Amino acid sequence: MFEYAKYLRLNKFPLIWCAGCGDGIVLKAMLRAIDKIGLSNDEITMVSGIGCSSRLPGYVDFNTLHTTHGRAIAFATGVKIAKPEMTVIVVTGDGDATAIGGNHYIHAARRNLDLTVILFNNNIYGMTGGQVSPTTPVGKKASTSPYGNLEPSFNISGLAQAAGASFVARGTVHGAHMLEKFIEKAIRKKGFSVVEVITPCPTAYGRRNRMGTAVNMIQDLKENAVTLKKAAKMSPEELEGKVVTGVLVDIDKPEYTEEYAKLSEQLKNKVGVD
Amino acid sequence: MQSNQKDKVQVITGNEACAEGALAAGLKFFAGYPITPSSEIAEILSLRLPRVDGRFIQMEDEIAAMGAIIGASLAGAKAMTATSGPGFSLKQENIGYAAMAEVPCVVVNVQRGGPSTGLPTLPAQGDVMQSRWGTHGDHPIIALAPHSVRETFELTIRAFNLSEMYRTPVILLMDEVIGHVNEKVILPGPDEYEIIQRKKPDVPPEEFLPYKHTESCVPPMVSFGEGYRYHVTGLCHDETGFPTNDPVEIDRLLRRLNGKIEVHRDEIIDVKEDFLDDAKIGIFAYGSTARSARRAMLLAREKGIKVGMLRPTVLWPFPEKFVRPMGETCSHVIVPEMNLGQMAHEVEWATCRNAEVVKINRVDGEPISPQQILDKILEVAS
Ligand code: SF4
Repeated sequence: MFEYAKYLRLNKFPLIWCAGCGDGIVLKAMLRAIDKIGLSNDEITMVSGIGCSSRLPGYVDFNTLHTTHGRAIAFATGVKIAKPEMTVIVVTGDGDATAIGGNHYIHAARRNLDLTVILFNNNIYGMTGGQVSPTTPVGKKASTSPYGNLEPSFNISGLAQAAGASFVARGTVHGAHMLEKFIEKAIRKKGFSVVEVITPCPTAYGRRNRMGTAVNMIQDLKENAVTLKKAAKMSPEELEGKVVTGVLVDIDKPEYTEEYAKLSEQLKNKVGVD
Repeated sequence: MQSNQKDKVQVITGNEACAEGALAAGLKFFAGYPITPSSEIAEILSLRLPRVDGRFIQMEDEIAAMGAIIGASLAGAKAMTATSGPGFSLKQENIGYAAMAEVPCVVVNVQRGGPSTGLPTLPAQGDVMQSRWGTHGDHPIIALAPHSVRETFELTIRAFNLSEMYRTPVILLMDEVIGHVNEKVILPGPDEYEIIQRKKPDVPPEEFLPYKHTESCVPPMVSFGEGYRYHVTGLCHDETGFPTNDPVEIDRLLRRLNGKIEVHRDEIIDVKEDFLDDAKIGIFAYGSTARSARRAMLLAREKGIKVGMLRPTVLWPFPEKFVRPMGETCSHVIVPEMNLGQMAHEVEWATCRNAEVVKINRVDGEPISPQQILDKILEVAS
């Protein structure tokens, strides 16, 4: 049995998450990944924004920072640059990272700052009661799209890839072991890394869209998930409504804090020249 | 002047003095976003910081810059951002976060004309109330206003010292005149000013309460990564730092947060008094406007009119203790401001309306001239 307790603040339990929420599965996968890498609790700073998933840092025994809505990556940028030896993990949601915080998300990717972003995509604003988000599929109902959503969704992973991230992977809470591997790789990667996790929100999204129980929703994830390899052989029509999982980007390129450290060294060795 | 003194004479702007003051205070992290008239501060620090093991970053927006300095401060770096009106508005939510989570940081606002985009290259003092109440909810804040280039250097250091001492964001409220004016200065050397660091806990990690209700109202602070793992949130929290809905804890937190400035008010406030002993007419002026006011006062004194002046270098907390006596000794208190009377209201209540408060206001992008103030003195005296 994996010993989760050494990473948890058990006195802060029970979790605020609803029964059937997928967020706990991600938490466990993340802790197993951290354990595999062998990071100590002191070496990790976990930063979050606002939303259900952003409550996660409260339950883990790291240096934890629960910030303002959308700004987790901005706060994390300061932590990482001021203490580059720290492993900085950002926990955020689809609304937090790609609506109100979209600017920080793309620019941290562009800079290739060594942050690991675990992005919980549940297609909805759960904490505030089920409002439409940038990843709510067209036609789905939310408390602010009562007639069905008219807006096309963001491709969150594609966005990070286009903006310059070093590592991008997409998984689901159905494939928890795959998820664990993705998170491990993302943390190990020197550079901006994103793991997009498709996770069900039975309370604020599933219920309104008659998607059944939490178990039904996870079963749907299983049925709709398509690996990258499989997806390559499918037509756009066949891919409609599917979730493509796998490592989408894994490249090595100059990382921001390392480049800055090099510059700083050069300047310090150069005396008296402006 | 001795020759070694002569070597130290420089002609610099307020923005340059601010950057130098920050470096002297131990600045190690600056995050900013381009905005007139404060951009020179970022430009200078982008050049200087990497040479002293510091880090500079131009963020994607003003909000990000404010967030980044809070993160850096929690990681142990002395951190600052600089902006002007529109950017100051954007930073407000995270300024409130820094106040709530008690994260030391310095926010420079080189004021320009507003509201909105207003007058990017012209001076104003329209953000006095915003620096006090810009973010939502009752919160502590300290705001300083320099009136010269040298004082900008000194007050920038003081801003860092106060933020470290009281674990609070400190606003350095400059204005475009001070930011861009060139003045001949000799900046003080390292042995001429004190640098204060945040107080660290004297208990082991297992006994550490990051938001402990101490007598000084300021809990000791430790950086991330030093073995004291704790939780930081903008939600109402108890002494452990974790969210709470307990009315008793919430009340205690908010009273301590605001109380920490109250308790230390006398150590924080600072005023410069000039000829107030025999003054029959008082002037209350701050920032660049105080320069014109001082000139007007001297001209009036030459004419035999007994004018005195009070110049606060700390606007918030408000120095009512020093303003109240003006009401008792002066018939009039003149308050010149490059806004429509934001501080005049404070002066009115602080003097208990014992003296008549006379406003001189300009919002056209022009500084208030000594003549304008002198005319008012003559009018009031007659
Ligand atoms: S509202 Fe949805 S996302 Fe939030 S805890 Fe409940 S199930 Fe999870």
